[in-house]
Amino acid sequence: MLSDWTLWLEWFIKSVIVILALLTGFAYLTWYERRALARIQARIGPNRAGPQGLLQPIADAVKLIFKEELTPAKADKVLFFWAPVVTMVPSIILAAVIPWGTSFTMFGREIQLHLADINVGVLYVMSIASIAVYGIVLAGWSSNNKYAMLGGLRSSAQMISYELTLGLSFVTSIILANSMRLRDIVDAQAGMWFAVVQPVGALIFWIATLAEVNRAPFDMPEAEQELTAGYHSEYSGMKFALFFMAEYQKMIVICMIAATLYFGGYREFGFLKDTIFSVDYTWALGSWQITNWFLGPIYLFLKVVVLLFGMIWVRASWPRVRYDRLMAFGWKILLPLSLAIAFITAAGILLSDLYDNRLYFWAIPVLSILAGLFTVAMIYRELRRKAYERA
Amino acid sequence: MSVLDPFVELLRGLGTTFKMMLEKPVTYQYPEQKREVRPRFRGRHVLKRYEDGLEKCIGCSLCAAACPADAIFVEASENTDEKRFSPGERYASTYEINMLRCIYCGYCEDACPTEAIVLGDNYELSFYDRRSAIYTKESLLEPVPTVDMTTPRKVEAGVFTRSVPEMKDPQD
Repeated sequence: MLSDWTLWLEWFIKSVIVILALLTGFAYLTWYERRALARIQARIGPNRAGPQGLLQPIADAVKLIFKEELTPAKADKVLFFWAPVVTMVPSIILAAVIPWGTSFTMFGREIQLHLADINVGVLYVMSIASIAVYGIVLAGWSSNNKYAMLGGLRSSAQMISYELTLGLSFVTSIILANSMRLRDIVDAQAGMWFAVVQPVGALIFWIATLAEVNRAPFDMPEAEQELTAGYHSEYSGMKFALFFMAEYQKMIVICMIAATLYFGGYREFGFLKDTIFSVDYTWALGSWQITNWFLGPIYLFLKVVVLLFGMIWVRASWPRVRYDRLMAFGWKILLPLSLAIAFITAAGILLSDLYDNRLYFWAIPVLSILAGLFTVAMIYRELRRKAYERA
Repeated sequence: MSVLDPFVELLRGLGTTFKMMLEKPVTYQYPEQKREVRPRFRGRHVLKRYEDGLEKCIGCSLCAAACPADAIFVEASENTDEKRFSPGERYASTYEINMLRCIYCGYCEDACPTEAIVLGDNYELSFYDRRSAIYTKESLLEPVPTVDMTTPRKVEAGVFTRSVPEMKDPQD
């Protein structure tokens, strides 16, 4: 099979498409974020370079390429050079397992809109997402700068803490789909998104991803008031651009994963099932049979845009949390809650299978929302207690 | 206060920012769209003329004396009825302001006995070198009201004897 050169060609083309999509996605995400933030702050944002400022990313890239690259004299030169690469590569290869559509037939072969359909896709996502932290820690350490070091350490501590929560919210989705293959997870959401079955799980996943990609309000590793720019303080020019790229590509990819796990991936919205807007709908034009495969990437794109807007919106709204509270929130609130959510989901599935009663299945959202409310109440109590002690 | 406050307050924060998105941006698209300056704005200086076209500046150098940044240089020469620039005996043959030194405090405006130098509303000053930051009399002087009112000009003898005109209190 590996000697089949057309297969290699197919893989090559699909890889190029994924990488190009991520690179342009990164460029236009910066534009999107700047425009959205500007609108929230009653400004206009970049609108000079090209129509509506659409050429701004290119102008930024040209600027960064021509900037001088500095290497601190006491930096560890080798690690300092490789750290941006180590950060950048996982953020791209993370996208390899994400399905972006069904399949279509071309030149007599079925082409899956999927780069690598591995059966432990979720596990792959988890492991690659964790590798990215190495780049940040190494960057912080090799810069030989206190602030960079602290930023790198914060980043690693934060990622380790929130990875547990993230993993448990992956588990919830895996249990619901009964598979670790991302395509199966998407197909299991044909009728209904997992965000409907498990809203609290989706919310926890969302919070954990914010911490995982170091976005506000969890952007402690690069808190500019405290650490200048955190782990990339000493970086300039294209090396800095690589960190920037990695961060934004991780945002895109993590939004794709969130869409895949909880919001139906490349599938249509639940209520559009069995209509002509479904990705499974087949047009029969005489002898031609065309499925709606092209709708898959469009739906995924729309979902990613909406989720990214959520990230930008949160950044514009909420202040950065203090570091000890970040840790307390991760370990004392999110982790128990996500454990409870995973347990409730597992128990609900088990009981509904055991007694063949859908009532148990619908107990999952109800119970998990109750668990979420209980958590919020506990936070409230704790805040009241602290306020009382301070007074 | 309710038990759900920790959650509800976060959502209210999101709501506030979303409402802001629907508001009109306050940005001025600067080079195309300019904002009117305030009535007392202090921009680039202008050397004023009387309605008959004669220069108000009499070359007294009080502005240069008042200038805390020492940005103004004035050199005076004698007026004659054959070549008259301004009423009275003298006029400024050289008047230079170094715009890189000027701090736009407006003391020159206060010191001027004839209201000749006024800080205008032009704030778009830029130069390619230090030499061109020194504005000369030609660039500071406002244009003549009509073409025939140029200075210097030949006037009847004995008309323009008073260098400082009768003045009212300044109106803004």
